[in-house]
Amino acid sequence: MSAQPERKDDAASESQWKSGSNLERVLADGHFAVTGELGPPKSMNTDIVRKKIGQLKGFVDGANITDNQTGIVRLSSIGTGIILEQEGLEAIIQMTCRDRNRLAMQSDLMGANIHDIKNVLCLSGDHQSFGNHPGAKNVHDVDSMQLIRMVQEMRDLNKFQGGEEIKGGGPRMLIGTAASPFSSPVEMRPFRLAKKVAAGADFVQTQMIFDMKLFKEYMKRVVDMGLHEKIKILAGVGPLKSPPMARFLNSDVPGIIVPEECIQRIDDAGKGIDADDKEARTAAYRAEGIKLCIEQIQEIQEIEGVAGIHIMAILWEAAVEPIVRGAGLYPRPVPADTPTPTPGPAA
Amino acid sequence: MIVAEQKPLEDLQRMLKGKKKVLAVGCGTCVSVCFAGGQKETRGLAAALQTAAAVDGEELEVHERTVQRQCVQEFIAPLEDDLEEYDAVLSLGCGVGVQTMAERFPKTRTLPGLDTNFMGQPTEPGVWEERCVGCGNCVLEYTGGLCPITRCPKQLMNGPCGGSEGGMCEVDTSIPCIWSKIWGNSENLNLMDMLMEVQPPKDWSTSRGGAMRRTVVRDDLHQPNADGRTTTTEVAAAKADAADGPEAEVEAPPADPNAGAREDAFLKELGLS
Ligand code: SF4
Ligand code: SF4
Repeated sequence: MSAQPERKDDAASESQWKSGSNLERVLADGHFAVTGELGPPKSMNTDIVRKKIGQLKGFVDGANITDNQTGIVRLSSIGTGIILEQEGLEAIIQMTCRDRNRLAMQSDLMGANIHDIKNVLCLSGDHQSFGNHPGAKNVHDVDSMQLIRMVQEMRDLNKFQGGEEIKGGGPRMLIGTAASPFSSPVEMRPFRLAKKVAAGADFVQTQMIFDMKLFKEYMKRVVDMGLHEKIKILAGVGPLKSPPMARFLNSDVPGIIVPEECIQRIDDAGKGIDADDKEARTAAYRAEGIKLCIEQIQEIQEIEGVAGIHIMAILWEAAVEPIVRGAGLYPRPVPADTPTPTPGPAA
Repeated sequence: MIVAEQKPLEDLQRMLKGKKKVLAVGCGTCVSVCFAGGQKETRGLAAALQTAAAVDGEELEVHERTVQRQCVQEFIAPLEDDLEEYDAVLSLGCGVGVQTMAERFPKTRTLPGLDTNFMGQPTEPGVWEERCVGCGNCVLEYTGGLCPITRCPKQLMNGPCGGSEGGMCEVDTSIPCIWSKIWGNSENLNLMDMLMEVQPPKDWSTSRGGAMRRTVVRDDLHQPNADGRTTTTEVAAAKADAADGPEAEVEAPPADPNAGAREDAFLKELGLS
């Protein structure tokens, strides 16, 4: 297997980067990374995409683009990602194992990479029974662990999963994964992360964290295992919008624990405001949600082994700017420009 | 065992619309154990269909027979003599039984009376649970004897997704997350090292991803017939051919003088003679 000569425009830097993505460089430079999330619309309305881009650009180092999240058909992650790249916001495409077999995955990864998409988040995917096509047949040809390994071998060994060589080199992508520290069995979760490291993941974004005490315990175990040196860990955070939303997250979303004192804080923010003045109450809840999120980010920054945050403000993208500014994470670093690495094995 | 349940009566009525005389055929093996298509259920269903037809002012006669194993040609062969008098057969066998009937008696319309659900086991009185989807390449070695291909809705091979909470599965919170169970028991079985290995993508070619699967389990029992055809299904088809045209000179089974002895051996294998 040998690298193809065509794209060898900068031989010196080529071995330095796995993907050459902005996120990879921010993390490599030791900056505290910030990623966000952008949910594509249930339509082909690109104005919605551009509006969300406007709300995130400049405040995050890259934005996850969900892949038919919760089993609901939406504008494709890769299609949306191409718009992000055109508009100067780095895309982190999500890819689930629910909708594609290994053929479609590999072909889509290459297709995304030729359109300058350089980050992929490998996920199992929400079950289709939660979405708007519950009668659909799911795929799960490979699981998320195997997907990580497949992308890694395509990138580092220039090899299709079936063993054939990818002539001219495989897609150069930074490989992300998700972790849910508080899902069961909790005591095994650091091992699951270790397995993802072994499979070849470069960075991980966690489920939304509100319970700092539990998260610190998790991180301590992760650091004791030395995992933080092998994978960049981005803690998931998100602003609580209202007391009902906080309660919903706590009771209905697996892996999310919202401590009672957090719910209470949001609730208290609305106290003393006339019950009929809905607008004022909403604004008070939201302001408190953002404030709480900022405080949590500051606390997370002090935890050993955390390399950044992943802000999940789905359907509330406007919250990202005040959070990032409030946490003192603005402006985002602009790493020295690096050319796209040449496909082929790293030297 | 194979677990099935009866189709709703309305569906069966729709299927049988216009038919005057029907033979309901039950099966005395798996579907009898899960109370879907045994002798009792077949009798009950025949009566229910006749009553329902009478209420609707329609003329319908339903006879019933139950064979020991509807999925084995030798067991259904004796039904042949009477089949001509029926407009249709309503099979209360599993999907395999229905097809055995349809293949053995290609001139008779065979209709499915059951929905075949899965291979599973009774877990408590009145409850059956799925345990195996017959993937053809068993992984239970790596998973402490519990099957994630069948029991994890995402068929994960490398541990639990983030949806597992309180040991239950996010897709149906009344069902245990099988990966929680596998990991939870790993210490007892000393499985941790194996569970930490990244299992490569599964070869699904042995599963539903490939063509219809055919297994010859016992070469000593598997001998081509005199005419070179190999299965009893094909002998039946040959017989049907013979009835159709003069060219085919195949005798009705047993075409092979040893077939009788082989069938006996086969039945013995099944513990039935
Ligand atoms: S791994 Fe395959 S053969 Fe084994 S129990 Fe599961 S589905 Fe059945
Ligand atoms: S919760 Fe457990 S059983 Fe359910 S999909 Fe996730 S890993 Fe599979």
